[in-house]
Amino acid sequence: MSALRIGSFLYSVLRLSTPLIFAALSAAICEKAGLFNMAAESMMLWGALIGVMVNGWTGSVWLGFLGGCCAGVVTGLLIALATVKGKADLMLAQIAINLASSGGTIFMLYVVTGDKSTSAMTIKSQSLPKIALPFLKNVPVIGRMLNNQNLLTYGAILAAILLMIFIKRSRTGVHIRAVGENPNAAESVGISVSKTYFLTWAISGLLGGIGGVFMSMGYTSAFTKNMVAGRGYIGLCASSMVRGNPIGAMLCAMVFGVSDAIANQLQLTNAPVDLVMMLPYAVTIIVLIIISVIKIRTHVRKIKNKASQVKDQPGILPAGLSLSLDSLYGIASGPCSAAAAGGSSV
Amino acid sequence: MEALKMENITKIYPNGFVANKGITFSVQEGEIHALVGENGAGKTTLMKVLFGMEQPQEGRIYVGGKQVKITSPLDAIAKGVGMVHQHFMLVPSMTVAQNVTLGIEPRKHGLVDNEACVKMTQQLSDKYQFGLDATATVSELSVGLMQKVEILKALARGAKVLILDEPTAVLTPQETKELFEQLKLLKKSGHSVIFISHKLEEVMELCDNVTILRHGYCNGSYPISELDERKLSRLMVGRDVILKIEKPDPKPGKPVLEVKNLEKLSDEGKVVLDHISFTIREGEVLGIAGVEGNGQNYLSDCISGMQKYDGGDVLLNGKSISGRKISDIRRSGMSHIPEDRMTVGCVSTMSIMDNVMADRFDRPENMKGIFLDQQKAIAQTDALIKEFEISCDDRSEEIRLLSGGNIQKVVVAREFTSGANFVLANQPTRGVDVGTAEMIRKYLVRQVREKQIASLLISADLNEVLEVSDRLLVIRQGKIVAAFSKASMVSEDELGEYMLGIKTMTPDEMEGLL
Repeated sequence: MSALRIGSFLYSVLRLSTPLIFAALSAAICEKAGLFNMAAESMMLWGALIGVMVNGWTGSVWLGFLGGCCAGVVTGLLIALATVKGKADLMLAQIAINLASSGGTIFMLYVVTGDKSTSAMTIKSQSLPKIALPFLKNVPVIGRMLNNQNLLTYGAILAAILLMIFIKRSRTGVHIRAVGENPNAAESVGISVSKTYFLTWAISGLLGGIGGVFMSMGYTSAFTKNMVAGRGYIGLCASSMVRGNPIGAMLCAMVFGVSDAIANQLQLTNAPVDLVMMLPYAVTIIVLIIISVIKIRTHVRKIKNKASQVKDQPGILPAGLSLSLDSLYGIASGPCSAAAAGGSSV
Repeated sequence: MEALKMENITKIYPNGFVANKGITFSVQEGEIHALVGENGAGKTTLMKVLFGMEQPQEGRIYVGGKQVKITSPLDAIAKGVGMVHQHFMLVPSMTVAQNVTLGIEPRKHGLVDNEACVKMTQQLSDKYQFGLDATATVSELSVGLMQKVEILKALARGAKVLILDEPTAVLTPQETKELFEQLKLLKKSGHSVIFISHKLEEVMELCDNVTILRHGYCNGSYPISELDERKLSRLMVGRDVILKIEKPDPKPGKPVLEVKNLEKLSDEGKVVLDHISFTIREGEVLGIAGVEGNGQNYLSDCISGMQKYDGGDVLLNGKSISGRKISDIRRSGMSHIPEDRMTVGCVSTMSIMDNVMADRFDRPENMKGIFLDQQKAIAQTDALIKEFEISCDDRSEEIRLLSGGNIQKVVVAREFTSGANFVLANQPTRGVDVGTAEMIRKYLVRQVREKQIASLLISADLNEVLEVSDRLLVIRQGKIVAAFSKASMVSEDELGEYMLGIKTMTPDEMEGLL
């Protein structure tokens, strides 16, 4: 394969990864706060629709971007309101909001434009600009890959780095992590758990909203019904694999971007389209299983080490192997509970 | 100078339980003050009041001579009262420094100044010789070190009075020794420590003064120098009302339950049952007395099959229970009145009838084809409701709507009619009203005598173990430390001395009594 073709393949990987990265970051901040974000899907859908609408009304692509961000934040805050203030079950609330958003965005599109499937014919909206990096023009592969990407593709990488710094080093970030691991500990030193949850959902919504804006004002230039198509869930998987580490979540999202890009390439060949469309989701399941197996293996090794340490002490039997099976199941039962089980078993 | 004074504190819970009644005690600056008493004596409630987690009905609190009202734990911290909980409030993946400075992090350029956090924590740790590495991750520390992080957390927030709630319960002997050294150092620097414990030797070694609580009342404050362990144990342990149960002498038959060299390790690898052996015969009640948390629940769980044991064996009617399903163990003669009736004893959202039938719905005599024989189930349930005087609307009432005593009656009714010849009763009358408790005790004794079944009674209630049991064992730190052939002949003072570790019987003395 020529350098040019590799370059353009990687270009499309980055482009396709962008919404996945935002979704992954949206899930990552929630994971750090001990929350399970299934609603990135909704945040993105509303971000995509409102972005296009505001852009169409005002004629400004930047106001459209801002509108999309706000829509994401509002969606996040709605979940916080329902679950923190209203004490609703987190999973059920998110399922409800996902179903409501899927129908709600189409309804709003219909009310505003009279069209039930796309805004392409009725709303005049633009795309966010692509950025030319002339100095990269002559670098092989890298130049083709990085040059002329959408503004938000660079934004996604920047967002991952900023989120990392925020979580690791800022006071609020430290508090979010403390709440995520041991809410009682946080509460006991005066950190308000419910305020932290609200803030987390707002940031998560912002990131999801930007991901949505990219879908309708970067990846394409109009809103189409259900255009997010499961990207929120793929982002959630990416984040779960690395326990919410933002940089890791970004890299995982890029792995899924690769499978997306391969699927796109295969569509040009004679391969059956439906099968190819399935590829990114099938990859998700396979990667999740592999990660889970690795986690269980390392956990078993840790227990064995502990057991042999205990064995070395006179008078104490090597117990703990059978006892720790429960915590093992804790890991196997869900990527999100793994962090919790790991934390509490100490 | 007086660092803290609690005056005339009375706390009555909404269900009418009097946890504290008119308690007064004070702590001086640079003093380690012990707060002792049996479980349920009101220590924890009193400290919850002091730490702002509960509001008392009556009484005043003075900190540093000024009367204060403590409304929340945060308020308590702001007023210089810190608490080290039994369950640590730490964030495991963070470092020692991050945990100590959580919520009060120093900042530089808008970001958390990690260097300053580490410096501040290290200085504090060095000052009190805690020997902690501020950059270590908390999840990798031993329990003893985690406890020190908790103490540092309180000190970093300016605590002058430290409450330690049974701090040595989770520590090894070496760690305990270290902790005492550090507490003495804190005392020298003018801090006051309230040390909650029921380990007498620790109180005698560490503390300056002691306040004794008994059944919610204050049984006096004394300087340690005026007391010895025996006096202290008499002040702590005692019966308010002596209960008498008339019962004929036992006629023990063949062995039903044999526990042989039973060993058990906790999840943390600590030995919680240490070579326990005893035999219970037909027609007798064996009582196990002891301060709570000395292995009673592990013993109950191992015998009932709820947990696996790590060594030795339990034989029920001559067959080992090891590796068998609980349903199988029950079918071969076990019935079990668990300590926690709401989670283990019953299904709170199901009806009385469903709960009664829970262990017998699949027996052929209760079936009609593949379905439960409704007529039989109704007849059995109604008979039990009548016999045990369970006050309820009818058999289909959800069990959680009944009072605690009536729920316990349902559990007891089921367990005594399951056809088993061994009844394991773990705290069978905890938290139930006096009338029901008496009824359950008398029923237990009558069943054992009339039907020649065997019973193991685990209880922290002295009245109960002394009156209901025929023979009596005392458990401490997972070991049997005393055995008596006639429970009714044992005095409570003597029992208290064994429970609290002042005296221990040798294996020879216990020979033939197990």
